[in-house]
Amino acid sequence: MHEMSLCEGVLQVLETEAGKQGFSKVKRVILDIGVLSGVEIPAFEFAFEVVMRGTLAENAVLEINELPAQAWCLMCAESVTVNARYDACPKCGSYQLQISSGDEMRIKELEVD
Amino acid sequence: MVEIEQNILGKNDEYANANRRFFAERGVLVLNLVSSPGSGKTTLLTRTITDLRDDFDVAVIEGDQQTTNDAERIRETGVPALQINTGKGCHLDAHMVGHALEKLDPTPGGILFIENVGNLVCPAAFDLGEAHKVAILSVTEGEDKPLKYPDMFHAADLMLLNKIDLLPYLDFDVEQCIEYARRVNPRIQVLQVSATSGEGMDRWYQWIGMSRQMRLLEHPELLAGAGANA
Repeated sequence: MHEMSLCEGVLQVLETEAGKQGFSKVKRVILDIGVLSGVEIPAFEFAFEVVMRGTLAENAVLEINELPAQAWCLMCAESVTVNARYDACPKCGSYQLQISSGDEMRIKELEVD
Repeated sequence: MVEIEQNILGKNDEYANANRRFFAERGVLVLNLVSSPGSGKTTLLTRTITDLRDDFDVAVIEGDQQTTNDAERIRETGVPALQINTGKGCHLDAHMVGHALEKLDPTPGGILFIENVGNLVCPAAFDLGEAHKVAILSVTEGEDKPLKYPDMFHAADLMLLNKIDLLPYLDFDVEQCIEYARRVNPRIQVLQVSATSGEGMDRWYQWIGMSRQMRLLEHPELLAGAGANA
């Protein structure tokens, strides 16, 4: 969607944390991205390289953990894995699903100097 | 390695929370209108304002990539409107809205409409501090748009199905469309309206009036002002 803005969001967090934790270079950035977050990963990887140029995270390695989505099926009364918001329950075919995770967009860990 | 566990949109969310606090303190109801380009959003908004401006203090923030055409259309209705041009950006963010508030200064107890950039993708992820996102879908579009753009219909509390005066000329399956919207968001409310003929608009105004009353539960003194009878 707006992978460039998201990378700028990552950069803002890195700059703030660098001030707080006293590091000056970021060598690796590890993200958790849920399958329902709307993030297009190849576009994100491209934007990441462009946005980080000339910053404290220039040439940083980007690692993305893709997280699956979980939903609670009201019919089965159990948690199931889905891949999209419009998916039916893989067990019973019902659409009575409450999505409980999968829209994460989180910076998890950094390797810094 | 350092663990930080921070949301990528954390900065936006901080600005959104500051906006939300500002709106709560003033008792301003804020509705974020989202749709694809050409859904009739600005026409719907100008009609809404024309019908409600005697009862409520209304203000508008207009988001578009370029031009101030929409803000001018809104100002013709006599309510204050501020245009934000996002330039290359595809959505409004909470920081832009915060800036707009410095100039626009919405009246306590009033209603602020934010007309987002015509785009069913990106505005879904950016909280502006609004009370509700309202998705507008017109019947000249495909009935499967809620499935094609699930994030937006998931994020919205209300879907306005617009241009229903054109239904006799189209092959649009209203029930199917509503069923698709509920698939991605079982809680979504749906109202069928035509901003041109006025059909169904009274229910949309009731929805706005009730949302405003909810907003003003903590500000009973503001309910007594404009709009007390609406």
